[in-house]
Amino acid sequence: MGEAVTPGLLGSVAVAAALLAALATAAVVLDGVLGARSEGRSSRPALTRPVDEVARLLRQRRRAPLSADTLLWRIGGGGLGVAALLMVAVVPLGEWVIADLDVGVVWFNTMDVAVWALVWLTGWGANSVHSLVGGYRFLALALAYELPLMFALVAPAVGAASLDVREIAAAQGSLWFVVWMPVAFAVYCLGVVAFSVWGPFTPPAGSDVAGGVLSELSGVDRLLVQAGRYALLAAGAAFAVPMFLGGGSGPLLPGWAWVVLKSAVLLAALVWLRRRLPSARPDLVMEVGWVVLLPAVLLQDLAVAVVVAWRG
Amino acid sequence: MLVDIGFWVLAVLAVASAVLVFVVDSMARATYALAVSFVAVGFALVLLQQNYVGVVTVLMMLMEMAVMAVYMVMYMGMNPALMPMSMVHGKRAALAVSGAAFVVLGAGALLVDWPVRRGVPAPDVTAALGEALMGRQMLVMVVISPVMVATIVGGVVLAAHRTRYDRFGDDLRRRPARDPQRGGVGR
Amino acid sequence: MTLETVLLVAAALFAVGLYGAISQQVVVMVMMGLEVMVNAVILAAGAMWWFLAPDPTGQVLLLVVLAAMTVEMAMGFAVATLVHRHRNSDMTDSATDLAR
Repeated sequence: MGEAVTPGLLGSVAVAAALLAALATAAVVLDGVLGARSEGRSSRPALTRPVDEVARLLRQRRRAPLSADTLLWRIGGGGLGVAALLMVAVVPLGEWVIADLDVGVVWFNTMDVAVWALVWLTGWGANSVHSLVGGYRFLALALAYELPLMFALVAPAVGAASLDVREIAAAQGSLWFVVWMPVAFAVYCLGVVAFSVWGPFTPPAGSDVAGGVLSELSGVDRLLVQAGRYALLAAGAAFAVPMFLGGGSGPLLPGWAWVVLKSAVLLAALVWLRRRLPSARPDLVMEVGWVVLLPAVLLQDLAVAVVVAWRG
Repeated sequence: MLVDIGFWVLAVLAVASAVLVFVVDSMARATYALAVSFVAVGFALVLLQQNYVGVVTVLMMLMEMAVMAVYMVMYMGMNPALMPMSMVHGKRAALAVSGAAFVVLGAGALLVDWPVRRGVPAPDVTAALGEALMGRQMLVMVVISPVMVATIVGGVVLAAHRTRYDRFGDDLRRRPARDPQRGGVGR
Repeated sequence: MTLETVLLVAAALFAVGLYGAISQQVVVMVMMGLEVMVNAVILAAGAMWWFLAPDPTGQVLLLVVLAAMTVEMAMGFAVATLVHRHRNSDMTDSATDLAR
């Protein structure tokens, strides 16, 4: 294992933020195109959707409901993007990594738990019923998906005998973890979609509660939350690459290019799957999470542990 | 030098937000002030070279505070409008006791002749912790696990107001159980 | 950053938590006071580990403290929910049965 290359901190944070923004933007465009296609509309407007949305929301007046807890509200909304950036900080781009943390897996997990607090604060701070209902819905979903997600992260860590993301990526030289940890990978992807409050896990921001946590957001606040959700999705896809998809290994291209490419492919797959999955109702998902997903992931962990012990 | 600056920033943040917990007027703000205090202590542990324990502290406490805020709202039923609230008793005595505690503990910290450092940290502190947990200190985990299970069961028994007779009927034969929420796996 | 300074900060945290635990009337706020005290214990234990004996065993103690804290929270909320349900109150002053 060579020394991690850590260039200047500011420069690397800027690069990571730019990559994250590019991935998130691409996901927005793809989602828009697929949506337009499925409804038989022209997909032309979807191509400029990110720019249009940003321009529209930046010009929109920023309003707040009566006696909103503005401090907590803005912390919640602005924090989502920051959490996504802190997630990708431990993702190695080939040999190049922003934060060479020896407990990178736990760090990622910590950031996705921070999303609990941030989404709930976004719901709470607005001082409005629908918004708060959205916040509670997210916590209900979180209680269902978090434990399976945690144990899904355990599987690659056990397989590589390390919590360091770089070592986990390096341990998949011959066989990617996704091949012999498919259950953990699937549950991980479900968790990523869930902590992004996106796709099937949209009920916290659902139209049946007038937009839930989004209902009172406007202008730049709304922009930050919407961008934060896509940034979280992109960060989750990027983190799957060193965990399950062999990191930067691949022919011809340099390591960093493979990491970006694999993240983009996984992100595109998640966006494509979105229209093929039913919505996750918080009252039903709780039991599915604890009775189906959690035992399945635990069995996966057991299988991985047995294989690791057997290989010595 | 950088570590010193970082530590003092975290220390001030930890103590200031801990004070805010009992000063601010909103339950949500109090809960998340406590979360900030824990996060600061977690990162202070990272500065003290305990990456795993520090990050896990941050993880657990953020989760705990997110859940705690829900209980806060459930018991107090307050809206986010910042209502003035002061629900204290024996404030003066409490201030005196805690001031005395600070003097005693602080004096202890400064006056005790601390021994010199014994041993050096393992090259990989996290791996050493894992090996200790799964080796010499296995008993700790063996004890904690049943305590945790007992806590889960005990907590549910205390807090749930519905019993199995409410769910399955007086003869415990009703299937499916009568629950306020239908489960997701069709039982 | 020396052992003395970290312990001093921990002492300040502990004193703040003690104040909260004694003075607050609402059960959840009392628990917050206890949490701040445990927070101080975590900081002090971490400092002792690093400055006195950086041996893996010391970190196990920290994990035990974290586990104790979760147990405290879970049981505290369970009892608080029970009291709340039966007496519709979340004040410590209404749960003094054992004091009589």
